[in-house]
Amino acid sequence: MTEQKIRVLIAKPGLDGHDRGAKVVARALRDAGMEIIYTGLRQTPEMIAEVALQEDVDAVGLSVLSGAHMALVPRVLELLKANGQEKVKVFVGGIIPEEDLPQLLEMGVMGVYGPGTLSETYIADIRRAVLGAAA
Amino acid sequence: MNLAEAVLAGDRLALARTLTQVENGTPQGRAALDALFRHTGRAHLIGVTGSPGTGKSSLVNQLARAYRQPANGAEPSRRVAVVAVDPTSPFTGGAILGDRIRMRDLAGDPGVFIRSMAARGSLGGLASATAALAQVFDAAGFEVVLIETVGVGQAEVDIARLAHTTLVVEAPGLGDDIQAIKAGILEIADLLVINKADHPGADHTERALRGMLELSAAVHPAQHHTAASHRVTQAAAAPGDELNSTWTPPIRRTIATTGEGLPALVQAIAAHRAHLEATGAWQRRTRARLQAELELLLQERLVSCWRSRLPAGLYEQTLDALFDHRISPYQAVETLVQC
Repeated sequence: MTEQKIRVLIAKPGLDGHDRGAKVVARALRDAGMEIIYTGLRQTPEMIAEVALQEDVDAVGLSVLSGAHMALVPRVLELLKANGQEKVKVFVGGIIPEEDLPQLLEMGVMGVYGPGTLSETYIADIRRAVLGAAA
Repeated sequence: MNLAEAVLAGDRLALARTLTQVENGTPQGRAALDALFRHTGRAHLIGVTGSPGTGKSSLVNQLARAYRQPANGAEPSRRVAVVAVDPTSPFTGGAILGDRIRMRDLAGDPGVFIRSMAARGSLGGLASATAALAQVFDAAGFEVVLIETVGVGQAEVDIARLAHTTLVVEAPGLGDDIQAIKAGILEIADLLVINKADHPGADHTERALRGMLELSAAVHPAQHHTAASHRVTQAAAAPGDELNSTWTPPIRRTIATTGEGLPALVQAIAAHRAHLEATGAWQRRTRARLQAELELLLQERLVSCWRSRLPAGLYEQTLDALFDHRISPYQAVETLVQC
C-alpha cells in the first residue's frame, strides 16, 4: 500500500499577472506523475511558505516575470528554513537575467528554467533532487 | 518526541509530515495513527460535495471563515481543518490540486490548516486515506474538519459514510427535476445548498429540490437519508435509527463569492449536529463508520493472510481451469477457499 508521490507547489509570488508559464509547468509535472498544488496569482512569500508547510511538499517552483526575483526568492528560502523545511527543493522559472543565475544557485536554488526549457529537463532535475540516488 | 507526540503538542510541521506518512500508508504513518486514535472522536466532520463547478471550494472558504470569525460574536472561534480532494489522472497518476486557489482568504490564520489530497485511484469521491487524515486532524484538536470531495457525478457517496453532516451543493441551471429524483447524491444530503443563488434559475432549482424532498418523505416516511449508513452494513444500523428520519434536509441559498447566506448555513449545520446528538444518531453514525472501517481492514488482512498460505501455483491453476471453462467461478472459489 505504500505509495510515494512527489508533491510540488507551483506558486507565483509578487504582482505580475502572467501565469501561463506556471500552468504549463504544472501540467507537465502532472503528466510526469507528480501531485501539483497550484495556488494562483499574487502570493506573498509568507503565503507560499505556509502552503509549503501545510502541504508538506518536496519542491517549490516559483514563477517570476516581474523582475523582483532577487527580493522574492531569497525571502521564500529564508521562510522555508525558518519553518524547518530547509530540505525542500526550490526552482525558479520566468524571466531571469543570465547575470543573476550564479547568485540564485549560490542561495540554494535547485535550478532556473527560462522560456524554451524542455519539460524533460526540469522533470528529470526535480526527480533527481527529491529522490536522490534512487532516481 | 515522536511524530504523534509532536502532533498532540501542536507542532504544525509534524502535523504536515504525519499527514504525508498516513496518506502514503507508511509504517510511521500507521504507528502515528495508532497513537493518535484514542484522541479522536471530538471533531465535527462536515462533508461538502456536489458537481464540478458548483462552488464547493469557495463555499468551504466561506465556511471556514464563518467558523473562525463568528458573525454574532457569541460563539467562540474554532480551529478548522480542511481536507480538499481533487482527481488523479488515471493515465499518469499525477494530479493538479487547485482547491486552494479559492481559499486565499484563509491565508495567514494559524487556526486554519488546509491539506490538498489527490484521489489516487479511488472512485467514490474521496481518497482511500481521507478518513485517516480526518482522524489525524481530529486528534490534533481541530474542532471542525471540512472535507471537500472531488467534483462528483451522481453516485460518489463515500462522503456520507465519513462525515457527520453532509452538504450537497447545487447551482442553478445544472439539470431538470428528473435529475433530482434519481438515486444517489441527493439522497445523502443532510443539507442542500443552492450556491450561486444570484444566478438566474435559483427558484427553479429550489422548486425541483423541494419536490424531490416531498416525494422521498412520502415514499419512505421512516427511512429517509439513513440509506447510506444502512448500505455500509445491515448490522451497523442499530434499532431506533428511524429516529433520524425526523430530519428533513433544509435548503439554504448561498453566494459563496460574497459570503451571503453563510450565517444561515452555519446555523443549519449546528441544528443538524444538535439533532444528531439529541437522537443518538451521532453515536450510531460514528459506530457505523468505525465498523465499516474495521470490515474494510479485516477484508484486506484476510485476503493477504489467505494469499500467503495458498499453495504455490494453485491460484494460477484454478484461474487456468476457469479460463478453459472447465470449472465455474463459484467452483473456483470452492477450490481456493474452504470454510
